[in-house]
Amino acid sequence: MTQDRSKGEVWVFAEQEEGCLGDVPRELLGKGRELADRLGVPLAAVLLGDGVESLAAELFAAGADKVHLVEDPELKVFRGKAYRHAFVELIREEAPQIVIFGATHMGRDLAPAIASALRCGLTADCTDLQIGSYTDPKTKEEFDGILQQIRPAFGGNIIATIVNPRHWPQMATVREGVMKPLEPVPGRKGEIVRHDSHLAGVDIPVEVLEIVRRHSSVNLKGARIIVAGGAGVGSKENFRLLFDLAEALGGAVGASRAAVDLGYCEHERQIGQTGVTVRPALFISCGISGAVQHLAGMQDSAKIIAINTDRDAPIFKVANYGIVGDLNVVVPRMIKAIKGQA
Amino acid sequence: MKNKGYHSVVCIKQVPDTKKVTGEAMKADGTINRAALPAIFNPEDKCALEAALRVKEKCGGTVSVVTMGLPKACDILRVALMCGADRAYLLTDRRAAGSDTLATSYILSRAVGSLKPDLVFCGRQAIDGDTAQVGPQIAEKLDFAAITYLEDIEMDGDHAIVTRDIGTGVEKDRVKLPALFTVTDRFGELRPMDVRRVMKYKRAKAPVENGGVAMEGDLAITQLSCDDVGCESDRCGFAGSPTNVNKIVSVVLAGGDFKEIPASEEGVRGLVAELVADHTIG
Repeated sequence: MTQDRSKGEVWVFAEQEEGCLGDVPRELLGKGRELADRLGVPLAAVLLGDGVESLAAELFAAGADKVHLVEDPELKVFRGKAYRHAFVELIREEAPQIVIFGATHMGRDLAPAIASALRCGLTADCTDLQIGSYTDPKTKEEFDGILQQIRPAFGGNIIATIVNPRHWPQMATVREGVMKPLEPVPGRKGEIVRHDSHLAGVDIPVEVLEIVRRHSSVNLKGARIIVAGGAGVGSKENFRLLFDLAEALGGAVGASRAAVDLGYCEHERQIGQTGVTVRPALFISCGISGAVQHLAGMQDSAKIIAINTDRDAPIFKVANYGIVGDLNVVVPRMIKAIKGQA
Repeated sequence: MKNKGYHSVVCIKQVPDTKKVTGEAMKADGTINRAALPAIFNPEDKCALEAALRVKEKCGGTVSVVTMGLPKACDILRVALMCGADRAYLLTDRRAAGSDTLATSYILSRAVGSLKPDLVFCGRQAIDGDTAQVGPQIAEKLDFAAITYLEDIEMDGDHAIVTRDIGTGVEKDRVKLPALFTVTDRFGELRPMDVRRVMKYKRAKAPVENGGVAMEGDLAITQLSCDDVGCESDRCGFAGSPTNVNKIVSVVLAGGDFKEIPASEEGVRGLVAELVADHTIG
């Protein structure tokens, strides 16, 4: 490839399931818009599937200048090899400089395989992306306009900034719920560019027999108020209290990994590095000590109330209000006070 | 393949226990003293081993475990042997140092490929990096089918019927072998060690632990270098790693305004009133 890669587009992978885009592509386009504007290049969404052209309008409204569209019956349902093959060919043809994916199950399956095929770098689970410079500490060679891939590492105890200045494209997966989508602009126009899937004659070794969707009643990302419990809640029965508090406030119930591992509540309620990232207006933390992995998923909440018996628990370091006490006493008092206000 | 069972290769990693980052493991400057953390068998790699052992139990065959790391990683190879693995391979080479996921997957793909497996199992991710990249990248390099987030597996001749988590639900697939699977902790825990195997395999060693001499018979942990598995030098270690670390910052918990509220009825009532007043609730 002879093109100057620094003129390449910024791409985001617009993952869809059953013809629906979900929140992730819009979050990626929000960040992608910022990166593309900074570099002065177009922002494009990559849309793979079968009969999905109508989704392009949503992607334009969310900030894309262009949609690279690949339609093929083989791409109807996500299968790693088919998606990888089509995506790799598209990157070879179009030479984008940056490609970002959601750190979803699909993105974390697809992105590594693409990076492996193209022998380029990939940073997983970024919590921020910026454009900046890099100086090679050995050769002193300087690189400008490089993607700074920022991610927690080592169990969330450090934040690393990763760059790959000599390999193209620069790729990253981005944690769900971390980037902010733009306010949609209905009717915003863009260009649809159709591409061949290059899948003719490619053997796909996987047949999808059945998909059972979990119809989750839990919507932590959209909740304005979250009441979350940890190991300190002590039992599944005690967790009911948190549901009562959430109900009184019109909020949702979340949990730390410890509480999920102890079986106090379902996995889909897990908040933190290996769960959901949330930023509600109010986060009430009950019996959570505050491991860094958990804090990574909630510390950007606008207001945090921490209830814990241990005065030295790290959770108090990120809290705005701290109550040192037994949640089994404090939570009922809180419910009573809220009901008294109503 | 059906008659003699399946050959499974399990990729395992020894990792610092990142959950044990406590006061003692923090240096004065707030960075982590990695040496102070215990080295453990990466949790989801144990689930990957369990998956391979279940296939062997049902269908016969052999289970090989492979790790890339320092000689002390033999500790987890021994654990794998004690739990039921048949053969163990240590890939240890100074040239592998500094490998990012791309270089790691390249080196491991060379080692795994040389063992000619029907099935490859990896943990979904290792707790020191949490990238979940090495498994899918090994599969791409070997041109094996990749099934991520494996929750269940049944064998059907030269195919596997698998259940995998797709985040928004679960999916059942029929996959042609050879195939690679990344296994999550929802698959199930690794079985306990077998007492007789513990007595036997505690003596298993790699040459590097035994004055350069290979042990006899199945007490031998096979030691491999990058050359042994035919790696090109410029694809290993720093040379083969496109990613560079530009900056590392230790996480310092930054507190904003903090107010302690008494746990009393009045305290809690006051807090609720304050939150109602500023429209956070209500």
